[in-house]
Amino acid sequence: MATFLGINFFALFGQLLIGLINGSFYALLSLGLAIIFGLLRIINFAQGAMYMLGAFVALLGFKYMGMNYWVALLVVPIIVGLIGILIQRFLIRPIVNEDHLYSLLLTFGLALMIQGIFTHWFGSSGQSYPVPEALKGGMRLPFMYLPNYRAWIIVVSVLVCFSTWWMIEKTKLGVYLRAGTENPQLLQAFGINVPLIVTLTFGFGVGLAGFAGVMAAPVYSVSPDMGSNILIIVFAIVVIGGMGSIGGAILTGLGMGIVEGLTKYFYPEASATVIFLVMVIVLMIKPSGLFGKNA
Amino acid sequence: MRSRLVILFLLGLALAAPLVIYPVFLAKVLCFALFACAFNLLLGFAGLLSFGHAVFLGTGGYVTGWLMINSGLTPEIAIIAGTIAGGLLGAVFGKLAVKREGIYFAMVTLALAQLVFFLYLQAPFTGGEDGLQGVPRGKVFGLIDLADNQTMYYFVLAIFLAGFWLIHRTVHSPFGQIMKAIRENESRATSLGYDVNQYKWIAFIISAAMSALAGSTKTLVFELASLTDVHWHMSGEVILMTLVGGVGTIIGPLVGAGVVVSMQNYLSGGELGNYLNIIMGAVFVICVLSFRSGIVGQFNKFRRNNF
Repeated sequence: MATFLGINFFALFGQLLIGLINGSFYALLSLGLAIIFGLLRIINFAQGAMYMLGAFVALLGFKYMGMNYWVALLVVPIIVGLIGILIQRFLIRPIVNEDHLYSLLLTFGLALMIQGIFTHWFGSSGQSYPVPEALKGGMRLPFMYLPNYRAWIIVVSVLVCFSTWWMIEKTKLGVYLRAGTENPQLLQAFGINVPLIVTLTFGFGVGLAGFAGVMAAPVYSVSPDMGSNILIIVFAIVVIGGMGSIGGAILTGLGMGIVEGLTKYFYPEASATVIFLVMVIVLMIKPSGLFGKNA
Repeated sequence: MRSRLVILFLLGLALAAPLVIYPVFLAKVLCFALFACAFNLLLGFAGLLSFGHAVFLGTGGYVTGWLMINSGLTPEIAIIAGTIAGGLLGAVFGKLAVKREGIYFAMVTLALAQLVFFLYLQAPFTGGEDGLQGVPRGKVFGLIDLADNQTMYYFVLAIFLAGFWLIHRTVHSPFGQIMKAIRENESRATSLGYDVNQYKWIAFIISAAMSALAGSTKTLVFELASLTDVHWHMSGEVILMTLVGGVGTIIGPLVGAGVVVSMQNYLSGGELGNYLNIIMGAVFVICVLSFRSGIVGQFNKFRRNNF
């Protein structure tokens, strides 16, 4: 029963699984971008570099300090987030009143620098990070073999995405955030420290990328250009979803991962380009994005 | 009168330069200068930041390279074909990209360029990772042999001047005025009855075609068309050139291209090569933080204040 109507279910589900995993990372990264965009109105081009940084900090911590995966999962996002806070506070804040294109160029420059530094230190070849002991092995499902770590990625990413969505839509902190998006001056007049919220939000969005980096280290090879490769795809996803809604960013990320997985099975030649093609179609039909508000 | 003298002086300098400096290096600077001028037409005068301009440079290069290898056409025809191909691609991309504004425009152009990058990686006519090597330079009009580097340089200079003149005319035409009006205040331009997206689209096409012209010429100079010219890294480089020289100035991209290409040549020679990206990134950060008007912009300010 492995094939039905000429479809090999083992291969199909295998590609779907890979698609879902890629989608988890797309969702985490585009969520971070959307949160930062919501409050700061800028796109962080260094989001990919921060993802790469997360993976590298986890790898180096493991190699030189014996830091295990679970500690890394907790500590690395905080380290990366703190770096983000420093970047926002000392580099982005001074140009906050200039055209937002300048902050895009600034973060692009930072991404080039960070990627250049890591290439200089570690070369451009990939390094591997071991799968944690507790998540080794896998489960045999009716149609496929599911490695535990891959299941873990999907579950945790969905959980993190959902709790972030819940925090922004349902809590007091989230209310401040959304108010800051609508009208920062008014929120400040109510005695809320808006610049602090802005800085922390940037740190959180970047921290999400660092978190994704740690999650990715055991499945993808850790290399200096892992960030720039995924970031351009995430940009296309952001254009497809529109950055109007947090939930939209998550759903589009996961959905595009699945689309990519399906393409890999049915027409592998187009798997590298399919997300960009979807973007073209969305631009033709609904330019503001699937979840975007018409500006 | 004084500006005429300056132009004559610069022209004399450009004609005499290959006697002192290696002509291939000069030709490279001119190709990138034309590329940066074309990019600046969009960013500096229409206010549109394209993050995918490398795709037009690369497309021009591939079309010209392929024709020179496979068709036996003369170089001027191959260059015109490359330019038209870039313009057509620009028409398609521009139509899509002008639907979004600001940061989205940058992301859309970047994603579209990446789409083409993957297509060129797989396509049969680009030579994949190797690119098109050993592109013959040919004879212009079947008469002037470009094999000599000095002759090649003067040919590139002529193309650069033609492209530069066209961009200059565009900026100073009524069309250019409307472009600047859109950059300054889009809703006002709309309320005056201008079809804003149409103007942006045409600006995009001109810019794409001129970038492709630069790429076509570059392929002849180096006898090579490769994926490097289509990579997002190249799109970043042209932004850096424009930023360093001065966004929205006529001569700035030329100066910026000179600075960045010299920097690359100097760094890639020795063991500093590894630092190239780090330094480029740092220059980006410094320019954005404290040098936003660029070399020429800064110079113009200085001149206004002191003379």
